[in-house]
Amino acid sequence: MCGIAGALNVRGMAPLDSTTLRRMLMLLRHRGPEMAGIYADGPVALGHARLSIIDLAGGLQPLANEDETLWVIVNGEVFNYVELGEELGRRGHRFRTGSDSEVILHLYEELGPALLERLNGQYAFALWDARRQRLMLGRDRLGVRPLFYTMAGGSLLFASEIKALLADPRVRRQPALHALDQIFTYWAVLPGRTMFEGIHEVPAGHYLLMDADGAGPALTRYWAHRYPTVEDDGADEDFYAVRLRELLVDAVRLRLRADVPVGAYLSGGLDSSAIAAIIRHYSPNRLQTFSVTFDDKAFDERMFQQRMARHLGTAHHIVECRREDIGEVFPDVIWHTETPVLRTAPAPLFLLSALVRRHGLKVVLTGEGADEFLAGYNIFKEAMVRRFWARELTSRSRPLLLRGLYDWVPDLQGTSQAYLEAFFKQGITETHDPTYSHMLRWRNTARLKRLFSTEVREALGDYDSARELCATLDPDLSSWHPLSQAQYLETRTFLEPYLLSSQGDRVAMAHSVEGRFPFLDHRVVELAGRIPARMRLRGLDEKHILKRAVRDLLPPDIWQRPKQPYRAPICAAFCGPDAPEYVAALLAPDRVAQAGFFNPVAVSRLLAKCQSSAHVGENDEMALVGVLSTQLWYDAFVKRFDAQTLHERTDVITVEAGVPLVAV
Amino acid sequence: MTEDLTTRQTIHDFVVSTFLFDNGDVADDASLLGEGIMDSTGVLELVLFVEETFGIRVADDEILPENFDSIARIAVYVARKGGGLVEAAS
Repeated sequence: MCGIAGALNVRGMAPLDSTTLRRMLMLLRHRGPEMAGIYADGPVALGHARLSIIDLAGGLQPLANEDETLWVIVNGEVFNYVELGEELGRRGHRFRTGSDSEVILHLYEELGPALLERLNGQYAFALWDARRQRLMLGRDRLGVRPLFYTMAGGSLLFASEIKALLADPRVRRQPALHALDQIFTYWAVLPGRTMFEGIHEVPAGHYLLMDADGAGPALTRYWAHRYPTVEDDGADEDFYAVRLRELLVDAVRLRLRADVPVGAYLSGGLDSSAIAAIIRHYSPNRLQTFSVTFDDKAFDERMFQQRMARHLGTAHHIVECRREDIGEVFPDVIWHTETPVLRTAPAPLFLLSALVRRHGLKVVLTGEGADEFLAGYNIFKEAMVRRFWARELTSRSRPLLLRGLYDWVPDLQGTSQAYLEAFFKQGITETHDPTYSHMLRWRNTARLKRLFSTEVREALGDYDSARELCATLDPDLSSWHPLSQAQYLETRTFLEPYLLSSQGDRVAMAHSVEGRFPFLDHRVVELAGRIPARMRLRGLDEKHILKRAVRDLLPPDIWQRPKQPYRAPICAAFCGPDAPEYVAALLAPDRVAQAGFFNPVAVSRLLAKCQSSAHVGENDEMALVGVLSTQLWYDAFVKRFDAQTLHERTDVITVEAGVPLVAV
Repeated sequence: MTEDLTTRQTIHDFVVSTFLFDNGDVADDASLLGEGIMDSTGVLELVLFVEETFGIRVADDEILPENFDSIARIAVYVARKGGGLVEAAS
């Protein structure tokens, strides 16, 4: 795993001074705590912070090819490196190390940027082609590993996390109001964006090329999550279930490749249980599993976690998340997410990765991706029910199906059926709109913008994020099955920019833990896309094919459980007598006015409401987290961040050229 | 009993304060759901407010958009139920 940072200068000058690069690597220390390596050559500088997982002794980076015309720094893993290495070896390539990262160099020798199509993994890398004087930034298909870049002082700078870019004082720390508008609509920025003007991310499934003579940066897409326009009607459910099982097992097998022990998260739900069961089934060692529990019963799933741990005979470890724990770690969490968030869900996962680290493990397998690609979320069912209702609007029985979807939302228990229907009936006949499934959610979330300050509202003017959203969507979206449309939207606007980042990579890497995601193996994703929609979500039975594929491995009360979304307390964490002190301080009118994003009176009213109500609604909770996390973000990255006072990393090895590989 | 301006104003102030956090305004006949002033769970806050402020009991089957989806409708509903402002204990 690791962190990468570097730069390419396009004006014939040195790209980065040594101090800045060492500061960047210090800021990435949590991603690579064991050692750091630097390579510089003319206009390019490459830095790597290492968390060693494969080839513990030999895998120092930056890595070079045989004749040192290519150099690479990699964050992540290429899981099929064994097969690729054998193939490349047969064609005469010579390897310096046993590291999985090295196959990238040798594939590039043969294929150039098309090498990405051969990789099965989760990776973000920078490759320097000295002959062409060209830098390539590559990112994995789904956005598991992060990769940011910006232009400053005639250089393209890149890094695994934004904070490393900010180590260069030439990089401006200017909040992007369009990004804030997007977060307060879609729960996250749109792909490619960040909360900073001028700082971008290489989108999932893309690579970027930049030449030392100034051509670029040019982004190219090499993979897209797609669905067919005409569904395959030839095969039955068993066919897909068997095939899915085979691919999942292979995806897990590849992801167990490590020179260190590998553990698994257990949430208590179907997805992580399936992964843990597959590991147990095919691996001889005692599996270590990790779970987070809540003192608040509404969020806790420990019974199911323990059930699964006993069923598999794992060495099970638990960290309890009390409401005060969330408040305590939340500022650290925002330091890692580098963006405002509308949920506290990353915080318990932050605690969970700390638990893994305390037990000496560096790698865990988890179940992210199944809900998106195998149709697990309630929003998919909601869309299908609304479409069903729209075909017969006078029906009394059709809207009753909505009730069952949200059993876990305490608010909705008290709400009248009439109101539920009135809410879900909004825009119900807009079924031709490819964003139908998400319109209500986005519209409801956008209500949070009533908290914006006058200045922000004026600056935004009539900005409409929908246009930018539509520009990023697949041109064939309208021709896909409605369920596929919904899944695609959830993948592009939620999985990629939020779940894999703020709830995934960032909070795991905060404690130097690498997460691996078998459901995100691109072969699994591609197969899932080919399963006919009616089989993916069979009536209201979500993840139908997945259940068929893995139920023999699981106790029935696990795979038959109704979907319980993973959530964490909000108001309990930030309100009440034990509330952390920073809440009142950051939400006080003077601090709110100084940051300038929100209306100070409105924030005070919101905070008072949250503190005095026995039961706070979900929208108000999102508002509280949204405002608080924005204030924390502003404080950490804009107001108090000072590049000049940053420490430099001292355990840095300078890698020099002039060591060509001798033939063995 | 006919509704009076005080009732309507009280409801208006509550809606602006609770759902808009005093950062904006809403017309008395604007659809609270339709204009995105509140979502379906917000009606529970309205019901609680109406019961406590006007001393009436809202039956489950009266929680309908017809009765609660605008400030004007709420005022009419309160008047129909014979509600009046509950005086605070001195």
